[in-house]
Amino acid sequence: MSTTPTSTPKLNRVGLSVVDYRGGKTTLCAGCGHNAISERIIDAMYEMGVAPERVAKLSGIGCSSKSPAYFMGRSHSFNAVHGRMPSVATGAMLANRNLLALGVSGDGDSASIGMGQFVHLMRRNLPMIYIIEDNGVYGLTKGQFSATADLGSKLKTGVINDLPPIDTCAMAITLGATLVGRSFSGDKKQLHSMLKAAIAHQGTVMLDVVSPCVTFNDHEGSTKSYKYMKDHDEPLQEISFVPVFEDIAVEYDPGSTVEVTMHDGSRLRLRKLEEDYDPTDRIKSITRLHEAHDAGEVLTGVFYVNTQTPSFIDLLNLTEQPLATLPESVVRPGREVLEQAMEELR
Amino acid sequence: MATTDVALHEASGRLEPKRVVNNMSIQVATVNGSGSQSSNTVLLRSIFQMGVPVSGKNLFPSNIAGLPTWYTIRANKDGYVARKKEIDFVVAMNSETAQEDVMSLAPGAAVLYDEPLNLSSLRSDLIFYSVPYDKLVAPVCPEAKLRKLVKNMIYVGVVAKLLEIDMGEVEKAIRKQFAKKAKAANLNLSAVQAGYDYAASNLPKRDPYFIQRMDKTQGKIIIDGNSAAALGCMFAGVTFVSWYPITPSSSLPESIIEYMKRFRIGPDGKATFAIIQAEDELAAIGMVVGAGWAGARAMTATAGPGISLMAEFAGLAYYAEIPGVIWDIQRVGPSTGLPTRTSQGDILSTAFLSHGDTKHILLIPCSAEECFTMAQDAFELAEQFQTLVFVMSDLDLGMNNWMADPFHYPEKPIKRGKVLAKEDLDRLGGFARYKDVDGDGIGYRTLPGTDHPAAAYFTRGSGHNEKSQYSERPDDFEHNMERINRKFETARSFVPRPEVSTGKSKIGIIAYGTSHWAIIESRDQLRKEYGIETDYLRLRAFPFTREVHEFVKQHDRVYVVEQNRDAQMLSLLKLDLEPALITRLRSIAHIHGLPLDARSVTDELMTMEGK
Ligand SMILES: Cc1ncc(C[n+]2csc(CCOP(=O)(O)OP(=O)(O)O)c2C)c(N)n1
Ligand code: SF4
Ligand SMILES: [Mg+2]
Repeated sequence: MSTTPTSTPKLNRVGLSVVDYRGGKTTLCAGCGHNAISERIIDAMYEMGVAPERVAKLSGIGCSSKSPAYFMGRSHSFNAVHGRMPSVATGAMLANRNLLALGVSGDGDSASIGMGQFVHLMRRNLPMIYIIEDNGVYGLTKGQFSATADLGSKLKTGVINDLPPIDTCAMAITLGATLVGRSFSGDKKQLHSMLKAAIAHQGTVMLDVVSPCVTFNDHEGSTKSYKYMKDHDEPLQEISFVPVFEDIAVEYDPGSTVEVTMHDGSRLRLRKLEEDYDPTDRIKSITRLHEAHDAGEVLTGVFYVNTQTPSFIDLLNLTEQPLATLPESVVRPGREVLEQAMEELR
Repeated sequence: MATTDVALHEASGRLEPKRVVNNMSIQVATVNGSGSQSSNTVLLRSIFQMGVPVSGKNLFPSNIAGLPTWYTIRANKDGYVARKKEIDFVVAMNSETAQEDVMSLAPGAAVLYDEPLNLSSLRSDLIFYSVPYDKLVAPVCPEAKLRKLVKNMIYVGVVAKLLEIDMGEVEKAIRKQFAKKAKAANLNLSAVQAGYDYAASNLPKRDPYFIQRMDKTQGKIIIDGNSAAALGCMFAGVTFVSWYPITPSSSLPESIIEYMKRFRIGPDGKATFAIIQAEDELAAIGMVVGAGWAGARAMTATAGPGISLMAEFAGLAYYAEIPGVIWDIQRVGPSTGLPTRTSQGDILSTAFLSHGDTKHILLIPCSAEECFTMAQDAFELAEQFQTLVFVMSDLDLGMNNWMADPFHYPEKPIKRGKVLAKEDLDRLGGFARYKDVDGDGIGYRTLPGTDHPAAAYFTRGSGHNEKSQYSERPDDFEHNMERINRKFETARSFVPRPEVSTGKSKIGIIAYGTSHWAIIESRDQLRKEYGIETDYLRLRAFPFTREVHEFVKQHDRVYVVEQNRDAQMLSLLKLDLEPALITRLRSIAHIHGLPLDARSVTDELMTMEGK
C-alpha cells in the first residue's frame, strides 16, 4: 500500500502553517531590505506560534511603513501618519492589552518627523515591538538623506552628508526601552533570533535593522549598502533563542554565554563574541555604542535587555480585561454616584 | 486695564437714594496668586445659598502670580447670568489697577478700597468705603505669612454687612470651602467677622445695593463647565483619555482624573480607564485615534493651538473612519492670542480641520447641563458615525462657575455603533469594512484582536476600496468620498437639534454656546426698552438640521451673534443655505475676549436696525 506523496504543510503550535502568516504581494523594489525583514517576521511569528488575530501591525509613512501590507494578512493593521505611529500604538495597546503590537517604521519616520513620539514611546516602556527599517535615506520620497545617515556617507548624486547620525539604539537604551538591538536585513539567523526574543519580551523592544535601499542607497560611498554591511558588521554575540514551549535542555558555558530568561520563560542565549560586553549594563552598553561609531564599526546584536522594569500597562494598573470591551455595568457608575457628585456641588 | 468701558454710560439717575435689590455686579480687583479665589467663591456661594441667582466670572491674566485679576459676581433676581457690562460695586485690592478701575465706573457705583490706596479723592460721584485691612488682619491672624490670604476674607465680611448678606450663609459657605480643614475654616471665619464688625461700627450704608433672600436657587448646583464635562464623560463610559496641558482645557482632564480615581476603580482595585498625559497634542490625538480604532471610548481635550496641531490626524480619522471625541475649550487666537480669555474663534477651522475634503461633527454646549449631556451625545455619535466629534466649549463655560440644575442620570443604554464580533463573522463569513450595507453611509468595523480569521482589515489614510484594500482607482476614491459624505448627511438628523423660540417677529437671532446668556437678556432689553420682539434659534450642532433652514426662511433679517471677528458661524451657514436666503444674514461679532454682554448686543442690533 502506498501513501500519496502530498506534502502536508507543517503546522505550528496553534495549528497554522506558514502560509497563514503571509500577506499581500509586495510592491517594494526587488531586493529592498524591507522585504527580507517581512520574511523574517513571518517566520518568527509562525515559529513562535503567535495567533495572527492577536497581532496589531502599526506603521507610519514610508516604504518601510508600507511593508505591513505584505505580511500577516490575518492581523489588523494601521498605516498611520508620518512619524506618529507610536501614539497610535500607545492608544491601541492601552485599549486592548491583549494585543501583540508590532510597529514598523523607517529611519526618516522615526529619527526625524517622528522623533518626538519615538522618544516618549521608549520612555514609557509600552509593551510593543518597534522596528526601524534603517536605510539611511527617505526611500519613498526618492532618496534624500535621513538623520541616521553616517557622517561622510555619499548620495548617488554625489551629495555628502556632513551631519552626525542619530543612534536610535543608544537613544532607546538611554530613554528606557527594555530590549534593544541592531541587526541587518541580510543576516537571516541573527534577525530571526532577535525577533523571537522580541515576541517573548514584555516591554518596549526597539530593533534598528539596517535594511539597504537598493534604489537610492546601495552604491559605493553609502554606509548602508549590502557591501558596506558585509564588510563592517561587527556582531557582539551569536544569538540563539529557546522558546518556552520547546523544552530543550542544551548545555552552555556560563563563562562564554549570557542566558536571559524572558517573561514567558523562554531563554535568550547570547554567546559572547566580545568578551566583556554585558547586555544588562545600561551605561556601558551606551558607551560601547558610541565607541563603535567613532571606530567606524557597525555593531549588531542585543545591546541591552532588562526583564525587571514594569511595563506601562503595569504602571497604569489596568484591569485585566481590555478597556475596549468593558461592559456598561463597569464603565457607567450607578445612580448613587451621580447623586453623591451632585450633593457635593450643592 | 479696566474691564469695562462705561465712559459711554449716562448717570441715569443712579445717585438718587433707592434700593436696588438682587440686581448688581460686584467686581473684586486683586493680584493674581494672592489667594482671593476662596474669598470670591465664599461670596458667590453665600448669595447663591440665599436663593438669589448668581454667576461668577474670573478674568485672569496669563501669569502665575503678580498680574492683575478681576472676579465678577453677578446677582440677578431675574436669573440673568451673562456678564454685565456695568460694574456696580468694586472691591479694590490691587494698587496697580485701582485708579483705572475707579475711573471707569459709572456714577453712583460703590467702591470698597484698602485704606492706603486713598481712592476717595479721585471722584466725587461715587460712594467710597475705606477699610484698613492690615490693621484688621493682624489680630485675627497672628501668623504673618498667612495674612496676605486671610486679608481677602475681611472684604467678604465687609461686603456681607453692606449688602446684608446673611452671616449664617457666609459661615456655611466657608465650612464648605474648607471642608477638610477645620482650623483654616475658623481662621477665615474670624477674618470675615472682623470685616463685618468693622463695617458695622465704621461704615454707614450709603450705596443702594442689597441682597435679599429669594427661592430661585433651590436644589441647584454650582459647577464649572469642565467639571460638568468630566462627569459627563465618566457617565458616558469613557475608557481612554489623553491630554496635553493647555488653558483653558486642562481642568477638564484633571477633573476626569479626580472623578475616575474615586468612581471608576473596579472592586479588584484595578483601573477601568487609562489617562495619559501625552508629549504634545500630535500624540494626544494619535492616542485617541489608536484607542478608538481598537475599540475604546477615547477622548482628548485641548484649545485652539492644540486643535491646529491635531489637523493631520483629524483628516486620517475622518477618512479611515475612526471614532473619537475632542473637546475644544476655545480661547482667543490666533497664535497664543489671549490665552486666558474666552472666544468662539475655532468654529470654521475645526469644522473643516485637515487637508482635502474633510468636515466634522461639532456639538456646541451653552451650559454646564449641556456639557454633561453632550459628553454622552459626543461618544454616541462618534461611535455611531465612526468619526471624530468635536465639542466646542469655551473658556467662559469651561472655567467659570455656573448655576445648574442637577444632572439627570443617563437613561439610554450605551450603544457602540456597528461593530462585528466573532459570532457575527461566524454567521456572515466575512465583511467589507467600507461597504454601505444599510444605505446610511456607515460601514461595519471589527476590532483588532477579534478572534476570527476574516476579522482583519487594513486601516490606511491612502486611497482604498470597500474592502479597505489600497486603491488609486478614480471610481473607488469617488465612491468612498461620496459615501463618507452620506454619513455626514445622515448625521443631520441625529445631532442635537437647535433650541428655537419663534413668534411672529420678522427679526431672528441665531447664536450658540455661551453667547446664549447674553442673547436671552438682550431680547428682554429689546422688548422692554424698544418694544421690539425677536425670535431666537440657538444652534447646538454642525451639520445644521432642518430647523435652521426653516428659521432663516421665516425671518426677514437674521442676526448671527458670535464671539469671533470673521463671522465664522455665519460663513458656515452661508455654505448650507439656499442662495436666496443668504442675504438675510447679518453679523454681530465680538472679539474682545470678555464674555459677551447683553447691552453690547442690544446696542449693535438697534444700530443695525437703523434705530
Ligand atoms: C507630514 C508628511 N510630511 C512628509 C511626507 C512625505 N514622506 C513620505 S515618506 C517620507 C520619508 C520616509 O522615509 P523613511 O521613514 O526612512 O522610509 P523609507 O521609505 O526609507 O523606508 C516622507 C518625507 C508625508 N507623508 N507626510
Ligand atoms: S525605494 Fe528603496 S526603500 Fe523604497 S522600496 Fe525601493 S529599495 Fe526599498
Ligand atoms: Mg529610510
